[in-house]
Amino acid sequence: VIDKEARRLYIMDPIQTSQSLEEKKLRNLSGYFVFHFMLWWNGEDLVKPICAVSGNLNLQVEHFTFLPSIADSIREASLVISHAGSGSIFETLRLGKPLIVVVNEDLMDNHQSELAEELAEQNHLLCAHPQTLRETVEAMDLHALQPYIPGEARPVVALINEFLGFPV
Amino acid sequence: MMNIVTELQKDRFTPRYYVAALTDNMSLPKAQVYEKSLIHGDRETIIENAEFMQIYRSREVGQSYITAIATTLRAILHAMWLIIRIRPQVIFCNGPGTCIPLCASAFLLKVLGLGWSSIFYIESIARVKKLSLSGLLLYKLRMADQFFVQWPQLQQKYPRAQYAGRLM
Repeated sequence: VIDKEARRLYIMDPIQTSQSLEEKKLRNLSGYFVFHFMLWWNGEDLVKPICAVSGNLNLQVEHFTFLPSIADSIREASLVISHAGSGSIFETLRLGKPLIVVVNEDLMDNHQSELAEELAEQNHLLCAHPQTLRETVEAMDLHALQPYIPGEARPVVALINEFLGFPV
Repeated sequence: MMNIVTELQKDRFTPRYYVAALTDNMSLPKAQVYEKSLIHGDRETIIENAEFMQIYRSREVGQSYITAIATTLRAILHAMWLIIRIRPQVIFCNGPGTCIPLCASAFLLKVLGLGWSSIFYIESIARVKKLSLSGLLLYKLRMADQFFVQWPQLQQKYPRAQYAGRLM
């Protein structure tokens, strides 16, 4: 059951995720969300077609090639859909936002999906393929997701200091 | 990598040399932002304790393996030059292929008795079930003094690795 009130949906980057949301899927999803597309890359090729589609939808497209911090945008989101990059994943989890990771094995090395799959198994996020994204969004139960407790570098650094003979 | 650097006591690890691939546009700016943040007071933000350098990659994604022979050679020579120039006592690396020529050069100097670098390798958090090629090389050839993985599954598979939790 999807809450009908307008929510902000941030779709983080790239080409993989954006291309998977063809016009048809966008229309089907648009009844639920206000879209913000965040294109990270050379978004220019994609901005035009997405804006063309968005003419009929509540769609806002922002694109940038490098943003020092995407945290503010994530904070505003009710849901984030992202590719399987570890930076995107952990930044979103750290901010406690529901996350759907789109794994596209055609376009990226297989190893990128290991992380998303492991975290999905631990119920910290949802995993989808481009073909299954729509069903995932329709069937998602975001309340079932477990909060992710961030890791820290201190234990590793303690071992490094110990190895080098520094007082720990 | 920045997770580790922020946790280190800076006066123990100074000066700091950040090395990234020539085609990597994001890592050095991140490091520069961090190093600038360490400077206190009204002094101009000139970073004194850190240097930022780029290194040739052995092989770009999609490059033919035949031309990769020449570019790998170039990368090795460049790495050797950097190691001789910097003479690091400690090397932290986290996975990209760029670190292999550097670690190999440092290791070679160690073996020849011409220098001593403690090499710490931290495998990427995206590696859950399989090591990266760089990780596998360093592990099998025993070139790292300490080898960290971020998932317990990997530590079971590679017993000489250390698992001290996740960095992110």
